[in-house]
Amino acid sequence: MESMKSEFKSNIKNTFSEIMYPLIAIVFSFVAAGILVYAFGKDPIVAFKALFWGSLGDLNKVGETLVTTTTLILTGLSIAFAFRCGLFNIGAEGQFIMGGVISLWAGWAFKGLPAFLHVTITLIAGAIGGGLWAGIIGWLKAKVGSHEVINSIMMNYIAMNLSNYLIMTVLNEPNKAFSVEIEKSARLWRLSEKFIQFKYSRIHIGILIALIVALFTYYLLNKTIRGYEIRAVGFNPGAAEYGGIDVSKNIVLAMFISGLFAGLAGGIQTAGVQYRVNNLFGFTGYGLDGIAVALVGNNHPIGVILSALLFGILQKGGPMMQVEGIPKEVVGIIQGIIILFVAANFVRVMAKTFRGKKASHEAKIKEGVK
Amino acid sequence: MLNLLNILFFSTIRSATPLIFPALGGTFSEKSGVVNIGLDGMMTVGAFAAVLISYKTESPWLGFIGAMIAGGLFGLLLAFLSIYFKANQVVVGTAINILAASLTTFLLVEIWGKPGQTGNVRYFEPWGPFNMFTYLSLILVAISYFVLYKTAFGLRIRSVGEHPRAADTLGVNVYLIRYICVTLSGILAGIGGASLSIGSISLFKEGMVAGRGFIALAAMIFGKWHPIGAALACLFFGLADAIQTISMSFGWKVPKEFLFALPYIMTMLAVSGIIGKSIAPAASGTPYDKGES
Repeated sequence: MESMKSEFKSNIKNTFSEIMYPLIAIVFSFVAAGILVYAFGKDPIVAFKALFWGSLGDLNKVGETLVTTTTLILTGLSIAFAFRCGLFNIGAEGQFIMGGVISLWAGWAFKGLPAFLHVTITLIAGAIGGGLWAGIIGWLKAKVGSHEVINSIMMNYIAMNLSNYLIMTVLNEPNKAFSVEIEKSARLWRLSEKFIQFKYSRIHIGILIALIVALFTYYLLNKTIRGYEIRAVGFNPGAAEYGGIDVSKNIVLAMFISGLFAGLAGGIQTAGVQYRVNNLFGFTGYGLDGIAVALVGNNHPIGVILSALLFGILQKGGPMMQVEGIPKEVVGIIQGIIILFVAANFVRVMAKTFRGKKASHEAKIKEGVK
Repeated sequence: MLNLLNILFFSTIRSATPLIFPALGGTFSEKSGVVNIGLDGMMTVGAFAAVLISYKTESPWLGFIGAMIAGGLFGLLLAFLSIYFKANQVVVGTAINILAASLTTFLLVEIWGKPGQTGNVRYFEPWGPFNMFTYLSLILVAISYFVLYKTAFGLRIRSVGEHPRAADTLGVNVYLIRYICVTLSGILAGIGGASLSIGSISLFKEGMVAGRGFIALAAMIFGKWHPIGAALACLFFGLADAIQTISMSFGWKVPKEFLFALPYIMTMLAVSGIIGKSIAPAASGTPYDKGES
């Protein structure tokens, strides 16, 4: 009884610190960005007010923020899932692109299908496209041993160029630098069709899909044997192998699932937001932002939802800051600093050092008393 | 035809020049055991600092030094976080790329008052067919090869990247070597950035590095973590770039997207052992902890 109680207590304490550390890191990053804004003679309070007003000021703005959040939940989950298997899927960007372009094809090529069926096919096609693109990376890692980070980066560029090629040739809207449009039946349902309050926002049903995928990820990782195996490989591949777990198979599978999420994000972008795909000159950034989302969310599905919301707010609030005369790049700076803090475990290391110093100081005082 | 070959030759070397510096930087960093994904961001801050300093002082040479310092500082940041905090090097590198892109654009808007690009500043006029950076890059390739393979210091770098514990046991200061090499990689990437801004055009444009840091990383791997190999890989990637430029002006039927993607495809084939096996230094990417047994 006693031990259960203390276990419960330590559990609470752990959860608390798991939440506190990223929170402190976020506060630090805001302070650092605020100082930078102040250094250039601008008011940081005005900047941050604009940031939050621009993203949460009214229902339409909330809607737009949630559109970005939807994408970030999925790319964040993609990276978090791979992380749990010990893999750094920096390639979510490429999988997102592939998902987007394959969904475009599915949404455009099939005609006359009932809407529900067509949307489903469109999204599944995108997800599988992303999954296979990531699966190649996992397969190369498992079979040849080549590092997933290098291959991920390379495949991001290949995906971008492949997508551009398809858009400018077979999927091209004649004489335009973008693709054909998907059929009406392939489009995700928008809230503005029913609720007048969201008239000026593109918020669509995809946010529900993203939340369901997050719950599914939680279930898969924590309540199934497959999830246990994937986490075991991430924790210690040698021990997992010794324990009879097929490491290669789990690496390929984890990358495939990770790619499914990023591909779905791309599919939702096509079917819910843009209805077409543009010729890209650089990366969309959704895949890279997913890294920040996953890190701040501590690679936990629920954490990913919350941090995707935070980054959605940051990104949608940026343009409003621009209106106030503060470059929207402040958002990117905040984002970069957050990743640095969280990656370096800055708060934890500092807390430890501080506690260590305090303890040795107290010990010295005690010795002095003796 | 001869004219065409001429254009191809010069254009190849011009495209390769900005790649050679970060590729050498990446080689030093990885030889000492630290993965530097942040090369692209370090090039960006280098390119920007060069223009900024040249703008303020009207001296491209001081701009050149400014690029080295800016790149070096970001290299030091990567070194500090990955050595002292033992952070995930790849994640820190990614953060540096995000930070560099946002920070330079922020400063660009604040200092020049408009987004997009800076005004014209004084730059390095070409010496003969190339600019100063091309000659410098060739000299640095030779020096890097000499330092890494013919000096005691180079032996220490390589031992730290292959087996830090053994090196430590023999009295090599693992942390110091890593600090030096990673900072050096930032300095070199900064020079690479400067060669793009004050080396060829006289201004800084948003997104002008355009993933060259990653191509340099690819060249380093394709060149098997060897300075000369990396430089040859840069030339090869420069050739792909030159063919792409020429094919556009001659209206050849090679899809330009294929040529864009070619360096990346080659690199994947190289790391996967299809075009000669490319093996990273054994300890590359893993933090070293003196304390653990």
